[in-house]
Amino acid sequence: MAAEAESALQIHPMDQFVVHPMFGATEIHWYTITNVTVWMGLAILGIIALMVLGTRRRAIIPSRTQSIAELAYGFVYKMIEDVTGHDGVKYFPYIMTLFLFIVFSNFLGLIPMSFATTSHIAVTAILALLVFCTVTILGFVKNGPGFLGLFWVSAAPLALRPVLAVIEVISYFVRPLSHSIRLVGNIMAGHAVIKVFAGFAAVALISPLSILAITAMYGMEVLVSFIQAYVFTILTCVYLRDALHPHH
Amino acid sequence: MATEAAQEAAAGAAGHGGGEAVGMPQLDFSTWANQIFWLVVTLVVIYLVLTRVALPRIGAVLAERNGTITNDLAAAEELKKKAVAAEKSYQEALTNARAEAAKIVAAAKADIQKDLDAAITRADAEIAAKAAESEKSISEIRAGAVQSVTEVAQDTAREIVAALGGKADVRAVTAAVSARLKG
Repeated sequence: MAAEAESALQIHPMDQFVVHPMFGATEIHWYTITNVTVWMGLAILGIIALMVLGTRRRAIIPSRTQSIAELAYGFVYKMIEDVTGHDGVKYFPYIMTLFLFIVFSNFLGLIPMSFATTSHIAVTAILALLVFCTVTILGFVKNGPGFLGLFWVSAAPLALRPVLAVIEVISYFVRPLSHSIRLVGNIMAGHAVIKVFAGFAAVALISPLSILAITAMYGMEVLVSFIQAYVFTILTCVYLRDALHPHH
Repeated sequence: MATEAAQEAAAGAAGHGGGEAVGMPQLDFSTWANQIFWLVVTLVVIYLVLTRVALPRIGAVLAERNGTITNDLAAAEELKKKAVAAEKSYQEALTNARAEAAKIVAAAKADIQKDLDAAITRADAEIAAKAAESEKSISEIRAGAVQSVTEVAQDTAREIVAALGGKADVRAVTAAVSARLKG
């Protein structure tokens, strides 16, 4: 009976995350053009529209689009300066790339019937691993073995330091996991919940409530889309600061 | 089963055209290579677009704006300074003009005073000359009057003497009158 009801309700919250080939292809090879390709391409186009076309007049008194582009620039630039310090500024393009990609992917994913690329662990894991590897390599290149001082809390009593070092090492290696799962979990959960409510909207009795819930969830998802991009970026800055200045 | 088939058909119609998800599509590792490849392509493209075009451009615009604002502020400061200087020089000119005017007034006054003094001196001299002249003519007149009185008195005395019937000795009468007049 439950299965019958479910089939009548048509709730398939995970269908929206399926990766499928486009333009007639049937198999998914690594080079196949899929919906992932399409929506990542749209993110690129969006970023070009905002950051390149929006600023093409290089106006001293900016147009609206140029203002937004400058706002994004200033937002990330100031974040790096505040969190990482002035020597983090040379990694600005790298962090800006991550921020813009996540922001655009999140918001494009909010378009009905679209595909949210950041709802896939493969994508966020690579983003997080890129940050993790970059930061780790950078830490050793900049500080040599002194980078290990990050794990040796010299402020703690000597007896506690080995214990703390173990904890610090574990937390260091958990970073990419939490970094990626946080983003993917937020985006995926929000989209799935909206889909579930959408399924319930088929029942006349609960549909008003369901539509209200979808609206509320959508509003929250708009917030989450930005906040998660912000969180991902600021954590990147924090990790970068640890790499540049490992001593507490 | 019939229900399953219907479900599938409905999903195909209502979904994203991607068929039905089996479990979590996120954990379908057969799509990972594809996703990772396109992600890397996307990130590289975004990075190139940002570093080659967007970020230098926006940075330049922001720097230019900052420069413009700084320049404008500096220019405003300069103009303000100029205005203050202009006011100062105006005040200075005003003070100078006042001093000049006072000087001119003083000079004019001194000139006038000098002229006046000269005129007064001349007038005094003239007055003195005139007074001396008058004095002279008055004394002349007085002298003339004394003379006339003497003559009249002598004549009168002679006449009176003649009228009384005496033969008047002219010389004696004159001497008598003169003596009388002197006394």
